[in-house]
Amino acid sequence: MKEIVAIIRPNKLDEVKDALEETGCHGITVTEVKGRGRQLGITESYRGSDYRIDMLPKTRLEIVVEDADLEKVIKTIVETAQTGDIGDGKIFISPVEDVVRIRTGERGEKAV
Amino acid sequence: MDVLSSGDTAWMLMSTALVLLMTVPGVALFYGGLTKKANVLNTMFMSLIAFAITSIIWVLYGYQFAFGADMLGGIIGNPTNLLFSGIGVDQLSGTIPETVFIAFQLTFAAITVALISGAVVERMKFSSWMVFVIAWVSLVYVPIAHWVWGGGFLSALGALDFAGGTVVHINCGVAALALVLLLGKRKEVKLLPHNLGYSVIGAALLWFGWFGFNAGSALAADGLAGQAFINTNTATAAAMISWVIIDYLKTGKPTVLGAITGAVAGLVAITPAAGFVTVQGAIIIGLVTSVVSYLSISYLKPKLGYDDALDVFGVHGMSGLWGALATGLFAAPFINEATGLFYGNPEQLLIQIIAVVVVFVYSFVVTLIIGKIIDIVMGLRVEDKEETEGLDISLHEETGYRI
Repeated sequence: MKEIVAIIRPNKLDEVKDALEETGCHGITVTEVKGRGRQLGITESYRGSDYRIDMLPKTRLEIVVEDADLEKVIKTIVETAQTGDIGDGKIFISPVEDVVRIRTGERGEKAV
Repeated sequence: MDVLSSGDTAWMLMSTALVLLMTVPGVALFYGGLTKKANVLNTMFMSLIAFAITSIIWVLYGYQFAFGADMLGGIIGNPTNLLFSGIGVDQLSGTIPETVFIAFQLTFAAITVALISGAVVERMKFSSWMVFVIAWVSLVYVPIAHWVWGGGFLSALGALDFAGGTVVHINCGVAALALVLLLGKRKEVKLLPHNLGYSVIGAALLWFGWFGFNAGSALAADGLAGQAFINTNTATAAAMISWVIIDYLKTGKPTVLGAITGAVAGLVAITPAAGFVTVQGAIIIGLVTSVVSYLSISYLKPKLGYDDALDVFGVHGMSGLWGALATGLFAAPFINEATGLFYGNPEQLLIQIIAVVVVFVYSFVVTLIIGKIIDIVMGLRVEDKEETEGLDISLHEETGYRI
């Protein structure tokens, strides 16, 4: 099992969520986050003064999948969240040791 | 013998309510949106409390000293009717009840002091602000209102100020400058509006209310009110367009904050001139005023290093200055009983300069003295910890947003 953490543009959330649902991936945890990447944010201008806004709002998705579904889910997120411009975000993948469904106590892939 | 005009009275009652709307909630929203999230309530509160305090001062003694019969050689009015005693229901001021005139003038006094708050936000003690409002309205606003509008020495000299270019805008802008020099810089001086949408609503309410401010200053529902009305709107539109063009030239992109700042600068600049100039004059006054305020905010402020948080001096002080001088240039004899330089009376410009200098110096010096005394007695500035934490939570135990 793998955990996928994806940082995406907030306005891409609905599109990504719908596309994931179509591929059969239903479980998802979403958080509003702030952060910055290599470009260190953007510049805004107020009354003639420029300010660097270095923490931008992003949306963070956490999804745990079976190994077999991993590439399919990654592909879906990349295809739907991509605009090709700076600020599209990143996906981090890491192994998951175990999963427990609290309601039934089931373990492992059955609980995903 | 004065006779009551119900038409004039109706218009002045409405104008009074329009000017109230400029402060509560116009200025409160305009300023509130421009500050940091953690200071939004404190910023709005400063305008609200200023309006309340001034309302009481005005009926008890403010109006009486400002508009009482001239005494001491044009310095102050003779305060009969103190505590509002002896002002009858049927007593007239021109063609309107005196009570209506008092209420109308009250809203001017209140917005003037509320405007100052924009410079000192995010770091001034609320208790000190309340004391400042009492002292400033009593010792700065009331005398200057008397000099220019109450029959004092500047009006005797022939200074023109239709709706408050000197009394309101230069006065509040200069006082703001004096007060920030005493207060010092904020820890975080960036102007990053936390909710620019509030400011757009605030500026829109200012624009709307300003028709009461300027057209109401005709004190009648007549042709002069109509002229002031169209001049006000024309100059404001011209100033907004002018600021947007400056934005384009400087950064390549027009900004909403630039557009509303330009609109307010236009409203300020046309204020003294509204009932004296032609529509063509109003267009020029509007176009030029954005350049004046833009330069003052972008170059003068960084060069001199004062922390005028929301540019009260840059917008009200400088556009007020331009408007007062422009009145001396553009006043047209066929609009009102005044002639400016461009219609062959250079002396009017000289009188305008004298009025500007007198108001500038008096407001600056007396505000400095008031501020210094408050600083020594109770302190002007909040604790560093309170400033970092945000004034809403540290001074009021409230937050603007629970989301």
